[in-house]
Amino acid sequence: MSEIADKVKKIVVEHLGVDESKVTPDASFIDDLGADSLDTVELVMAFEEAFSVEIPEDAAEKITTVKDAIDYIEKQKAA
Amino acid sequence: MFRLDGKVALVTGASGGIGREIVRALHAQGATVVLSGTRQAVLEEVAASIGAEGGAERLHVCPADLSDATAADALVAAAEEKAGAPLAILVNNAGLTRDTLAIRMKDEDWSRVLDVDLAAPFRLCRSALKGMLRRRAGRIINIASVVGVTGNAGQANYAAAKAGMIGMGKSLAQEAGSRGVTVNTLAPGFIQTAMTDVLPEAQKEKLVGSIPLGRMGQPGDIAPAVVYLASDEAGWVTGATLHVNGGMAMI
Repeated sequence: MSEIADKVKKIVVEHLGVDESKVTPDASFIDDLGADSLDTVELVMAFEEAFSVEIPEDAAEKITTVKDAIDYIEKQKAA
Repeated sequence: MFRLDGKVALVTGASGGIGREIVRALHAQGATVVLSGTRQAVLEEVAASIGAEGGAERLHVCPADLSDATAADALVAAAEEKAGAPLAILVNNAGLTRDTLAIRMKDEDWSRVLDVDLAAPFRLCRSALKGMLRRRAGRIINIASVVGVTGNAGQANYAAAKAGMIGMGKSLAQEAGSRGVTVNTLAPGFIQTAMTDVLPEAQKEKLVGSIPLGRMGQPGDIAPAVVYLASDEAGWVTGATLHVNGGMAMI
């Protein structure tokens, strides 16, 4: 797993207080990890801060799973 | 009841008539209070006079010009830095008026009032909420005005800003409720301060005549309501508008 993926996972575990084993790539923040809409916004903000990237509103809306977040950040970092 | 020991509060407009009484009351309940306003010297005077009765180490001064968006955005962090602890209570009390009948109101009169009385409180709420939501605790109290609900000739700008504050507070209350953060509005009626001293005598007499409790309010009539909304005991009150107006408008 990439460094970015590790860090994303860690942020999700910390923020949502869920067990690490549940944070699989396909896990949906809301459906699988018990997040509410405010959690998802806070997660995106935490990603922005941790990775020094800006995630615009329309992109943020599409980040619903752990993999979505990792893919988006990896793409931003590669660009 | 209503103790605020160990809590950090930020009060804007702390050098004004209502603001300084709010500072005094929060401080008396044990809170650490950061006073903000535009005039550093006056803020320091207020802090010194309140601190003279004890607890001076729980008073901090943090000036800011809220018409400057960058300054408004930075204020919460600056206040936390001064107090050395995260913000538990935000009181958006700063406000100004540029009264004139609408047909004579300049764009500048409109935008300045909207900037300072509505946009700046929003900015402060936004930055305070980030931490409060994370900590699962916080109290935001926005000081509006009865004219935000009733309107008032000559105050289209001020009434619009204060009505906006009420709507904003209700929205923020819905966003923050699941995290135990409350957002309430306090709407004072006509309070004897520098802001109302400029009204013509005849208008003041007429106003008092419309107040069932028969007098203008004093800054000390408002501060205890802020203490209540800031307290743990008010934990099930959010999105409310508390009218403290001597009965002038029963809404």
